[in-house]
Amino acid sequence: MMFVPGNKPGMMADAHIYGPDCIMLDLEDSVTLAEKDAARLLVYNALRSIDYGDTEMVVRINPLNTPYGRKDVEAVVKAGVDVIRMPKTETAEEVVELEAEILKVEKEIGREGETRIMAAIESALGVVNAYAIATASKRMMGIALGAEDYSANLKTNRTPGGAELLLAREQIVVAARAAGIACFDTVYSNLDDMDSFRKEVELVKTLGFDGKSIINPRQIEIVNEVFTPTEKEITKARAVVAAIREAQAMGSGVISLNGKMVDRPVVLRAEHTIALAIAAGVIDKEEEL
Amino acid sequence: MKEAVAGTLESGDIFVRIGPGEGLQIDLQSSVAAQFGRQIKEVIGETLKELGISDAHVSAVDKGALDCTIRARVTAAAVRSSGKDVWKD
Amino acid sequence: MRNSKVLSLEEAIRRSGLKDGMTISFHHHFRGGDKVVNLVVDCLARMGFKDLKLAASSLSDVHSPLIGHIKNGVITGISTSGLRGELADAISHGLMDSPVVFRSHGGRGSAIANGELKIDVAFLGASASDELGNACGVPRSENAKSICGSLGYALPDARYASHVIVLTDDLVPYPNLPAGIRGADVESVVVVDSVGDSSKISAGAIRDSKNPRDILLAKQAAKVVINSGLFVDGFSIQTGTGGASLAVVKYIREEMIARGIKASFALGGITAHMVKLHEEGLIGRLIDVQSFDKVAAQSIASDPSHVEVSAVEYASGQHTGSATHALDIVILSALEVDTDFNVNVLVGSDGVIRGAIGGHQDTAEDSALSIIVCPLLRGRIPCVVPKVTTLITPGKSVDVVVTEYGIAVNPNRPEIAERLKAAGLKLVDIKELADKARSVIGTPDPLPFGDKVVGVVMNRDGSVLDKIYNIRD
Repeated sequence: MMFVPGNKPGMMADAHIYGPDCIMLDLEDSVTLAEKDAARLLVYNALRSIDYGDTEMVVRINPLNTPYGRKDVEAVVKAGVDVIRMPKTETAEEVVELEAEILKVEKEIGREGETRIMAAIESALGVVNAYAIATASKRMMGIALGAEDYSANLKTNRTPGGAELLLAREQIVVAARAAGIACFDTVYSNLDDMDSFRKEVELVKTLGFDGKSIINPRQIEIVNEVFTPTEKEITKARAVVAAIREAQAMGSGVISLNGKMVDRPVVLRAEHTIALAIAAGVIDKEEEL
Repeated sequence: MKEAVAGTLESGDIFVRIGPGEGLQIDLQSSVAAQFGRQIKEVIGETLKELGISDAHVSAVDKGALDCTIRARVTAAAVRSSGKDVWKD
Repeated sequence: MRNSKVLSLEEAIRRSGLKDGMTISFHHHFRGGDKVVNLVVDCLARMGFKDLKLAASSLSDVHSPLIGHIKNGVITGISTSGLRGELADAISHGLMDSPVVFRSHGGRGSAIANGELKIDVAFLGASASDELGNACGVPRSENAKSICGSLGYALPDARYASHVIVLTDDLVPYPNLPAGIRGADVESVVVVDSVGDSSKISAGAIRDSKNPRDILLAKQAAKVVINSGLFVDGFSIQTGTGGASLAVVKYIREEMIARGIKASFALGGITAHMVKLHEEGLIGRLIDVQSFDKVAAQSIASDPSHVEVSAVEYASGQHTGSATHALDIVILSALEVDTDFNVNVLVGSDGVIRGAIGGHQDTAEDSALSIIVCPLLRGRIPCVVPKVTTLITPGKSVDVVVTEYGIAVNPNRPEIAERLKAAGLKLVDIKELADKARSVIGTPDPLPFGDKVVGVVMNRDGSVLDKIYNIRD
């Protein structure tokens, strides 16, 4: 998920050429109060006109309790955004409130139920309520950590190792998995330290995150390298998937590979590996079917 | 209608100044004036027409903005000028 | 010393036999820092010359004073590789009565060698010269102040011009050898305050580009090189100087190290990046027609395997021994590429001249693989178009076009397409790229060209490729 400021038309025009899975146009922190109106119009017009291809389009709106939030919702839902990212989410009620606001606009334009929600968790209260937030709406597609506000709220600082984020990260992954939705890690801001960035991406992948937020196209390659399954992993996963198909074809409930029974978690992991490889574009979806 | 501006002089953007006028007058400076000047003026005119504005003096400095950016900047300048937003309050 | 050729500029001009209507020549090794053209033409104007034809290897922003000399009839004809800035703008708007003749670097070398471009008096700036005219672009004393490195574009002039005047700001004792410009070819030597500002020879920032689009383009271009089938031990390469081209060198270097592959030589304009690879042992020889920065200029001064070549030896299409014939891979830029793979590097999308042919035609035609790297869109300016504004390099010489929206391979190179596909690169039809550009920016209005020919583009074989018409406001 690549963050792009909502008031930079030059960057918005071709953000998709770098191949992020998802682009988040930002109306919140990267836009000054004086430019909120203009950025909203830029994002609205960009979403309606620019062909972003298969890239999933997310817009981070301003909180509903500011003078900008409701107008943001109206603009981006009318523009047909895929996902609205709700900043600084702390309770399930806030999600319900946003959902009602979205529905109101959707009804007006006859596009009911299409806009999904991503909640950014950026405070201690949000982390405590992570599962409630994750399950507050059937539109909820994922939850994401916003580490800057969170670490300030904890009265600590961000450190290279990220010890201060450990509980939040784990809580968010667990809540997302329990709710059956996706989870995304926070941004890494130092563009000159690609080695530490890679370590952080490796860490969050190990923790179970589905993706990493980035602030510059130069970070995409590392995220893809870390999250893309290796050839060996793909080969192994394909063997498991083939065994499943064989078992299904034979009407057998028991899956076996090389004479050994394959456990359910192994099957799930294999399917996840194939899905990741398809998403990363290293294998072709058609060939796997 | 009071004078108002929107946009920047960054590459890919357009800076739009709008103020009172009789009829629609558009002054355009653009790095791609030869090939796109006519179309840029058309987009500015259409956008204002959709907003119900037929009398205005617009001066714009274009830095290679796409049509969607031109529409956004003209709308922003017009909304700031009239104080009447395109979104619900 | 006895037989010294040192004269004042006016005296050297008087003795040269220069007459109205004749052709004078200059090189552009100091690029934007050149001081020779303006100095000499000012002097010729003061001396009352008229109707001179100026044959430069290239002209740039710094030569806008020529506008005045064209208006007052001192200069009535120009041939060059490129034009930029106010002079280019004025010429595009119809300043001159006779069109500017544009030739590639190799094309100019051939034309001088075969007599098609006859030079009466050559004015050649040099970093150091002795009193007999042995002159070079590298420092030869502690007083050296204007260093340009290779003098490759000046060498055909020195050899074939009827009369050669060397200008230098560092007169050194004989023998200033080895020297590219040989005293035997030189009639007089003129000492001036400065021949050029060496700080302006740099073709661009030396630091690595952090522009994400340049990096994306460079990575894609590097993948094309690496998977082309030509990336084998002993390969040879030439690159341009833009941000993307410099970054390509960086990615190719990593892969050379990983695979244990070394290049036999790098050709053309030499940059600090190429010098670095050479010093690391990754490139055997540097064949330098033009040094693009201080590091390259220093290297050619001290490293025997970094050699100076003339424009003829570099890229002549009419001399089978020229280096481009041995070149495997060239990475080039473009202002426009069309759906027939024709390239324009000279005339901007506004119809105004703003570039130079350089070695584009030469290297694209002779190399085994030519790769054009250009963004599909520069703001609202499209680089892949249905038809180029001006034809500079014919599509049959162009093999691969790399853009941020995809890679297109010329259909006449199916084997390259197969190799790239096998390596997992996604290829697109070049028409799709042109359509994509149109879908983003719309269809541009036709340019307001007039009917006066302001430029003639020569092919390297001496035939006319295209004409440039005046542009109206």
